[in-house]
Amino acid sequence: MIALARRAAYRTAMFLVALALVVVIWETYKALGPVDGGKLLGVRILPRTSEYAMPHVWDMFSRFGRPEVRGSDRTVFASVLSGAWFSFRLSVAGFVLGGVIGVGLAVVMARFKLVQRGVLPYLVVSQTVPLIALAPLVVSWGGKLEVGPLVWPRWLSASVLGAFLAFFPIAVGTLRGLAAAPAASVELMQSYAASWSKTLVKLKFPTAIPYMVPAFRLGASASVIGVVVAEISTGLKGGIGRLIIEYAREATGDPAKVYTAIFGAAALGLTMAGVVVAVDVFVMRNRPKESIT
Amino acid sequence: MKKRSVRVAFAGIAALSLLVAACGGSDDEAADDVAEETVEESTDEAAADTCTTPTPVKLQLQWFIQAQFAGFFAAQDQGFYADQCLDVTIVEGGVDIVPQTELANGNVDFAISWVSKALASREAGADIVNIAQVFQRSGTLQVSFKDKNITSPEDFAGKKIGNWGFGNEFEIFAALTKAGLDPAADVTLVQQQFDMVGLLSGDIDAAEAMTYNEYAQVLEAVNPATGALYTADDFNVVSYEEAGVGMLQDAIWASGERLASDAAYADTAAKFVAASLQGWAYCRDNVEACRDIVLAKGSKLGASHQLWQMNEVNKLIWPASSGVGYIDEAAWNRTATLSQETKNLEGGTVLTAAPDAGAYTNDIVTKALDILAGLGVDTSGSSYAPIDVTLNEGGN
Repeated sequence: MIALARRAAYRTAMFLVALALVVVIWETYKALGPVDGGKLLGVRILPRTSEYAMPHVWDMFSRFGRPEVRGSDRTVFASVLSGAWFSFRLSVAGFVLGGVIGVGLAVVMARFKLVQRGVLPYLVVSQTVPLIALAPLVVSWGGKLEVGPLVWPRWLSASVLGAFLAFFPIAVGTLRGLAAAPAASVELMQSYAASWSKTLVKLKFPTAIPYMVPAFRLGASASVIGVVVAEISTGLKGGIGRLIIEYAREATGDPAKVYTAIFGAAALGLTMAGVVVAVDVFVMRNRPKESIT
Repeated sequence: MKKRSVRVAFAGIAALSLLVAACGGSDDEAADDVAEETVEESTDEAAADTCTTPTPVKLQLQWFIQAQFAGFFAAQDQGFYADQCLDVTIVEGGVDIVPQTELANGNVDFAISWVSKALASREAGADIVNIAQVFQRSGTLQVSFKDKNITSPEDFAGKKIGNWGFGNEFEIFAALTKAGLDPAADVTLVQQQFDMVGLLSGDIDAAEAMTYNEYAQVLEAVNPATGALYTADDFNVVSYEEAGVGMLQDAIWASGERLASDAAYADTAAKFVAASLQGWAYCRDNVEACRDIVLAKGSKLGASHQLWQMNEVNKLIWPASSGVGYIDEAAWNRTATLSQETKNLEGGTVLTAAPDAGAYTNDIVTKALDILAGLGVDTSGSSYAPIDVTLNEGGN
């Protein structure tokens, strides 16, 4: 446990150092770089350093503390936080949905090779559909769904799009993991006359975990991306994606503001991935160390 | 290749769903007459009777909450919709939400859209009808710094011209065509973002701007040379309305099929238009109250920006000589003609043929104006005078 805590502290420290390095590079370039950028043969190769293109880091952070619109008590920080919390919940819903679908698909594909050959190419194709083309369609279909008193809420469309991005890495990762059980172990299970489902639960899922965890981590951040893009695309109110657009509209007069929302989105993605890692650490706590990847 | 074919497939699905929505209703002449009778009866009753179960109505906006749509929010806030026994849900737009499509798909009952864009959708098969022309004038500008010397569309030649795309650029193309310029060859078209940074940093010589929004944004930005805000003296402004190529913009669109076949819907439409126009009349007389309504609805744009927007939007609506919302045939025809004559980048035109007679109707708005006359609402605003608005930095 102590080793684990030390490793966590080291990682946090390195993360902060990397962050500080980004800030230093940003500000150094802003101080020394050409205000109007650099052009080579008419093509801009160096970015501009003007206030519009690169606001000071401290401007971005001090913007957090100031009111969102003048005269209101609500700070930008409060808005970004509530937006991130809203999107977080949608992302979790999308992640859970994507996880269930992804693992379900992987199990079916692992069980029936025919299904795998038939379905897998379509999964790959599904990920080439641009999300922004899909978003209005999902909203439109959802708007028509009504089962008795249950009406499709608009936020569910965003979660579905999060799930749409999340299920793919989860399905592929889990599928690989399920095939990773050593042949000797599989033969042992067969010698016990264990059923397919018993083998799945007792052997294949445990050996699949090292493959599934990175897949879930990818899925978690993909779900955030799906939700944020869907919010932007469909104008869903309350989340961080909508804030990015709202603040971007004000970039003419208040260029630092939009960065606060972008930081919020980044923090959201990190939090989602962090939750998966925390679950991983918890699940793997009794495992021999070498199996932790 | 795969990606492309999938896109095509999705476009096909979208087109199919439009078709299905459009083909749903058959021509039902008989129902039409019945509809009109029922409408008159029930509108007479509406004012007098108490309302037991309000009719649910969904309105699709083109964009987020802002003073551009203040009249609808005012009608909701001031209870004008409730007075007409309507329960109106206002649905905000988004980057990829097309109001005409939402309407044609049956997701909403009414939608706000610019006329040229909606006519293009209609030509593509969406059965939508303009039932009230809220904005009588076009609010599109092309804004440039004084030193670029761009004072008319002729001066666009050889310049970097910003535009938003998505059908918001038709007036620019119309002005270019009228000035004898080829949009594909004689100017450099630059895709504009949601902000005016492109203009301020010099990537764009002349940027597209709405009087009520983007133009205010540049006037809310700090001029690095002086440390104070930019002023109107720093810019040249080409107004497409004044250049003679203004196209009709925000209008209320309804489903043509439902208007023809559903008497209750036609009745609701008249009441909805009446209450909405009452909201707009309220905003004409109570500019600051309407700003507060919009701000209270959760607009993220600041107070001075919203007040400016409210004032500029009022200028596009008032005075309305034939009555607010009435579709002026001359302006309609101008929009339709420009849409047919204007070449776009691909060399085609926005519309290939003149819109059919069913593309707009003044029946609904006439009934609405009758309702408003009964309520004593001033629907022409002949004594309207705009207010002066001072913009603060960042629109706050």
